[in-house]
Amino acid sequence: MTDFLKIQNVRKTFPGVVALDDVSFSVAPGEIHTLLGENGAGKSTLMNVLTGLYHPDRGQISVAGEPIHFTSPRDSLACGIGMVHQHFMLVPAHSVFENILLALDNVPNFYSKKKYKEKIQKLIDEFDLDLDLDIPVWKLSIGAQQWIELIKLLMRDCQLLILDEPTAVLTPQEAERLFNVLRKLKEQGKSIIFISHKMREVMEISDRVTILKKGCSIATRTRGDFDESTLASLMIGKDKIPQWQKNLQMSDEIVLDIQNLSVRNDRGLSDLDDFNLQLKKGEILGIAGVAGNGQKALAEVLTGLKNTSQGKIMAGEEDITNSNARYSYIAGIAHIPEDRKTIGIAPDMSVDENLIMKSFKSGSFRNWIFQNKKAIRRNAEEKIEQFAIKSGPDGTPVRYLSGGNIQKVIIARELSEHPAVLVALYPTRGLDIGSAGYVHKVIADGADRGMSTILIAEDLDELLKLSDRIAVMFRGKLIGYVDPRKTTREEIGLMMSGEKGSLPDLP
Amino acid sequence: MVEILLDATVRAGTPILFATLGAIINERAGIINLGIEGLMLIGALAGFAGTYLTGSLLLGVLFAFAASFLAGSIHALITVQLRGNQIVSGLALTMFGVGITALFGKGMVGLTIVGFKRVAIPGLSQLPLIGRPFFNQDLLIYFSFLLVFVIWFFFYRTRWGLGVRSVGENPAAADTCGFSVSTYRFFAVTIGSGLVGIGGAYLSLASTPMWIENMTAGRGWIAVALVIFAGWSSPRAMLGAYLFGGITAMQLRFQAMGTTISAHVLQMLPYFFTILVLVISTQRIQKGASQQPEGLGLPYDREDRK
Repeated sequence: MTDFLKIQNVRKTFPGVVALDDVSFSVAPGEIHTLLGENGAGKSTLMNVLTGLYHPDRGQISVAGEPIHFTSPRDSLACGIGMVHQHFMLVPAHSVFENILLALDNVPNFYSKKKYKEKIQKLIDEFDLDLDLDIPVWKLSIGAQQWIELIKLLMRDCQLLILDEPTAVLTPQEAERLFNVLRKLKEQGKSIIFISHKMREVMEISDRVTILKKGCSIATRTRGDFDESTLASLMIGKDKIPQWQKNLQMSDEIVLDIQNLSVRNDRGLSDLDDFNLQLKKGEILGIAGVAGNGQKALAEVLTGLKNTSQGKIMAGEEDITNSNARYSYIAGIAHIPEDRKTIGIAPDMSVDENLIMKSFKSGSFRNWIFQNKKAIRRNAEEKIEQFAIKSGPDGTPVRYLSGGNIQKVIIARELSEHPAVLVALYPTRGLDIGSAGYVHKVIADGADRGMSTILIAEDLDELLKLSDRIAVMFRGKLIGYVDPRKTTREEIGLMMSGEKGSLPDLP
Repeated sequence: MVEILLDATVRAGTPILFATLGAIINERAGIINLGIEGLMLIGALAGFAGTYLTGSLLLGVLFAFAASFLAGSIHALITVQLRGNQIVSGLALTMFGVGITALFGKGMVGLTIVGFKRVAIPGLSQLPLIGRPFFNQDLLIYFSFLLVFVIWFFFYRTRWGLGVRSVGENPAAADTCGFSVSTYRFFAVTIGSGLVGIGGAYLSLASTPMWIENMTAGRGWIAVALVIFAGWSSPRAMLGAYLFGGITAMQLRFQAMGTTISAHVLQMLPYFFTILVLVISTQRIQKGASQQPEGLGLPYDREDRK
């Protein structure tokens, strides 16, 4: 069987960074080929090369035996390669129909709306999906948006589908449905490149797995020839995963009490709707839920970035509803934001400067109105040492650090004043196993010192491993609490889609 | 009386309408164009010169379109191809337009041409109240009516229009679907600029058939504000342009009636309303009713690592 796609010795550099060093792999028709690698290993860069967004510096790509040189996404599409990007390539203001139409070739300039609607509807019915073509995309859940991306590719009759962490935004049940669709496509002879961090899924669906490390493809294994531990060790190599022990004791003292909280978003819809939550001292409270069900609003309200329209937030005896970000910090609430590059850091400023961003007013970092460069540098050295940040030469802008190291900078800064409460929004999203383990360790260690954490995450395994309690959110409401030691993935999955759990409230 | 006022409204609003429509096409593709004022002046002078030299009004309008198309391509080159700052480039274009028309317009001052004449549409022009203002006008005004519909149809019923809108909303999405972001943006800027030029030409070929230095008198800036008021939609641009035409017509009427209010205060009114409209529409946008293209003002670089 000839390979549909073959990549040989591809290299791609950006100014100062080698994103891809030497990558080779191939995908056969009717194969699901998984790409596995830590963040920064070059998976996304490789995919952007395949879709024609980036031009490789050297190396060969051939499609169906023919050597190919992509100059734009148009060329790649013409070869039948389509991709569901991790950050969806949809136009939120446009309708589902317009988004799909945008992706179609050979649409005449004066097209018949009716004819194309029928065509698209036929495909939607074939895969038994529930999509209204006239609804604007921003009104849809992220899971539904992903289906649109997939339909875009199927309408084009793509032969190779690339899915970049597609399950990150799905409930376990939805992910299972996606896998069924993928299997069906595989039977139709389509090639699929699947990118995921979740071992469980990799084991379930892959025919072959290629492991990327630091821009190189280091191994390819066929089904039956790999298990979770071999893959993990190949991926991490000699890097150590930090070890930590979770302290299961938590007190009954309530540090944060959220009562009947409602928050409206910019579009006037409710992000949080009569939401209640209690956080106890020293506990790690996991928040489960499909992305886009109010988690972000919850974090923003707690950290003072967003105002409430109703309800109260009590920190102990104090009412901190609608306090601003600085005040939240004084009240002892630290924040690891979702989007580390745009909210978490000032990307063009140095590590030193980013580390004091929350305490620049304090006397230790200034002489009257001038910065105390020495103290700032000393602080940075301490933090770099303590958190094992690979920061590059002094004064390197934070933007040039890898995702894991940027996250460490943020954590170092947020924890510098020993906050009572940490609100962590997807703190390990996009991090490699080593860095993610480090984040877990910091959170678990913090709990030992009495810090309470609200951990919002999308990976259920992560929540189950780390949390003392898990609260499940759906459409801005609290569905219920579960005990991570007693619950099942299925139960949480059902609650994530709005069904009440068997344990409505845990004492 | 109302009929006369409405007629003056349409005539005063038309140059602003052309300019607003042109600016909408620019911004729908994601490019802010603050060069509207300069483009209008270039269109006004080119239109006048074209008609003066050839004796044909139609050729004059084509000259106006071509001249501001070319001037707009400077803005397109800087903002689309070179990914420069759209605000600075637009302001520079306005200053360029003011300067170059003053320079080349010197010889044209004081010359006269025969401007556009009213053409009554049989039957419709006899309608009470709206007959005279809307159906007994010159050809450029009829063209502007048509344009409002054509632009709406283009945006919502054609693939090219979908491409322009997508490029303005999320250029990366359009790019991955195989649309050339730079081509779409380039032509949106240049063709939009050409329409702005026709707005200028309306002043020098129909309103007052002569060339006066700086004859746009800030109408380009009003158009920039109207784009926001119109929520980037062409039918609403018509509404907005006539609102301003109405205020202009009314203040002229007041002056003619000889009120005791200073003429300077009255002349200020359209600009004062511009500020008012901006305040109101900005508030509306913040309340979430925004139609603003999400990629507006942002250069697109495919290999930019985010």
